[in-house]
Amino acid sequence: MRSAMTRRAAIKTAALATTALIAAPYIRGAHAAGKLAIGFWDHWVPGANNATKTLVEEWAAKEKVDVTIDYIPSQGMKNLITIAAESQARSGHDIFAFPSWQPHGHADNLAPVNDIMDELIKQNGAVNDTVTYLGKLGDKWLAVPATVGSQIKGPCSRIDLFKKHAGIDLQEIYPAGAAPKADSWTLDTFLKAAEACHKAGFPFGIGLGTTADSVDSAGAFFHAYGATLVDAKGNITVKTDAVRQALEFYKKLASFMPSDIPAWDDASNNKWLVSGRGAHIMNPPSAWAVAKRDAPQVAEQLWTHGFPVGPKGRFAPFLPYFWGIWSFSKNIPAAKSLLVHLSTRSAAEKMVAASGGYDLPSFASFTNFKTWAEEGPPKGTLYHYPNPHNHQVLSISAAPAPPKIAYQIYTEGLQTKMIVRYMQGEPMEKVLAWGETEVEGFMRT
Amino acid sequence: MVDAAISDVRELSTPAKRTGMRRMLQRKSSIAFLMTLPLILLIGLLVLYPAFYAVHLATLNKSMQRFVGLSNFTFLFNRETFWMVVRQSCIFALTAVIFKALIGFVVAHFVHNVPANKQRRWRGILLIPWVIPPAMSTLAWLWLFDPSYSAFNWILVHLGLSPVAWTGDAYWARFSVILINVWFGAPFFLIMYLAALKSVPDQLYEAAQIDGANWWQRIWFVTLPMMRNIIAITVLFSTIVTFANFDIVQVLTAGGPIDKTHVFATWAFRLGIQGGDIPLGASVSLFMFPILAVCAIFILRDIRRRGNEAS
Repeated sequence: MRSAMTRRAAIKTAALATTALIAAPYIRGAHAAGKLAIGFWDHWVPGANNATKTLVEEWAAKEKVDVTIDYIPSQGMKNLITIAAESQARSGHDIFAFPSWQPHGHADNLAPVNDIMDELIKQNGAVNDTVTYLGKLGDKWLAVPATVGSQIKGPCSRIDLFKKHAGIDLQEIYPAGAAPKADSWTLDTFLKAAEACHKAGFPFGIGLGTTADSVDSAGAFFHAYGATLVDAKGNITVKTDAVRQALEFYKKLASFMPSDIPAWDDASNNKWLVSGRGAHIMNPPSAWAVAKRDAPQVAEQLWTHGFPVGPKGRFAPFLPYFWGIWSFSKNIPAAKSLLVHLSTRSAAEKMVAASGGYDLPSFASFTNFKTWAEEGPPKGTLYHYPNPHNHQVLSISAAPAPPKIAYQIYTEGLQTKMIVRYMQGEPMEKVLAWGETEVEGFMRT
Repeated sequence: MVDAAISDVRELSTPAKRTGMRRMLQRKSSIAFLMTLPLILLIGLLVLYPAFYAVHLATLNKSMQRFVGLSNFTFLFNRETFWMVVRQSCIFALTAVIFKALIGFVVAHFVHNVPANKQRRWRGILLIPWVIPPAMSTLAWLWLFDPSYSAFNWILVHLGLSPVAWTGDAYWARFSVILINVWFGAPFFLIMYLAALKSVPDQLYEAAQIDGANWWQRIWFVTLPMMRNIIAITVLFSTIVTFANFDIVQVLTAGGPIDKTHVFATWAFRLGIQGGDIPLGASVSLFMFPILAVCAIFILRDIRRRGNEAS
């Protein structure tokens, strides 16, 4: 006797099976558990790695997966070198922590994670446009935004010096536990504050090198003027009034900062603030955390707050890390299961707590953890760090250019180089012409 | 007994082959080849394979999916930054090698004239910069040249002078990386020149003195000709190594400010690893290879020719 299956029944069964496959947690079958090798970013905050270690071990014990974790530092670009090597060899870890631009750089070697991203967005809320820009290629989600390592490089300023020399009460503009009242916090106010603090002997310290901190800050100011070097369609837009305005602004700003800022790296601004020589830097709370340990009298005067608003809006640099799965991984289902586990609210909260508020989840409903509200001194200093009232656009330097071009602009520090050239006396049009030829070079495929 | 019988049978079956093999093994050149075989294999694995792989990479497009021939090189030739890197690499390598050779030559003479019982101590002290890994020693230099907290600037300010932007100003930054390279590399020249000086027979100097040669003439007509081969080899070796330098520039300035201290290796790293354009990075790193190879061939041929004349 033959049992006939109708077309409708077949479609129903297939749909149920697909849903179950996507929605169900990774279930260990007799031979499915296997091994999983993870390459996490080695956190600079002492003890912060323990959060991911504990979470992974919990998951591994439950799912009976044999897990190995390597913590790979970004210092000396060891993580970038490892990514390049594994991508070339098509062998290595199963899951890797990719810095912002890397998912696009290795898109062909990454397993799509649309299934888990759709679920995570439903569960945790939307991700911002910068995460989508960096983590998605067409319809393919390349990787899952990671809590560990993701950061906003917002302003961190001295409460006392701003009040005394610039007449600005930062805690009033950005009150702890409440929405910002930052309408008066504009680029003009920012420039006047920079001048006042410079005159008082406490200059702002924003680098103009080619490392990430310098490039990110420049990018946010360029966005505030609507200045892009390449638009989303790939057209070169270097010779525009917006770019000219951004360069003019930066030239003025640079005149109120130390003359050696073109040589600054990502440690220079931290040192500048912690030493007590400066009134302001652009950084995640790492400088504050170091000051809390090494210079508590400085730390208790630090306030993390939002960017000044420009003609085209208020933009803050957001640098997400991603957890990606190599397409050559032999255990993709287990890797996806682990990434879902690491992206739950409770997991993210543990990571944020372990990093003292430094790490930043990308999902909309994850900006109100108690760590940011309670960390101090001064209490509430990190309240505005995760942009809880969504009053600034989280952006990345060189966007909205197509990521493969934007990555070159970012890595080469093209915006900061243009600023330094103009600042050191090169005529505006010559700087723009140079910038244009550089961008033309980045267009090659 | 059985073994002996079997060996006899073998000898009878392939006498010519055995004799040929034995004769080959008895040759000095064969022994030399066998003894160097592990090294040849190691060089093949760690030097030749990566070198050919780099050539292969340099012929691919940015996404490494298609063969583009020499397009990466023609693209580079049209870049202003590339020619700036070429110029800087030449300035960096040539200036550093000249100063290393001069300092090495002068200090080697000083050490050579120190009484024999104190020479070992001086040799040890002067070799210290060369035995410290340059990435480590450059970190120490970085602290001395730090943009905001330079120890040198602290001294300058206390002497009433203006601080210097050691790594913030393009010219000072170039000076700084060359200075560190000279500091690190001069001891190599010193030790090679010292060895060469010790091999010059005293009779030559005595004869020159009898002929009425002054100090300068003794240097010019005796010391320098006797050291010519060593000087050529050290200069060649050092030029190649200095052109390929990476660690000093990367640690001290990372090529900045505004690319004014990039050399081939650091720019190749920036393009290839940081910028994700591995073929272009490979092309930059290979650019100097033919030029240095031709220099090496000429210098080594000259040395061999002089060696043959001497014998």
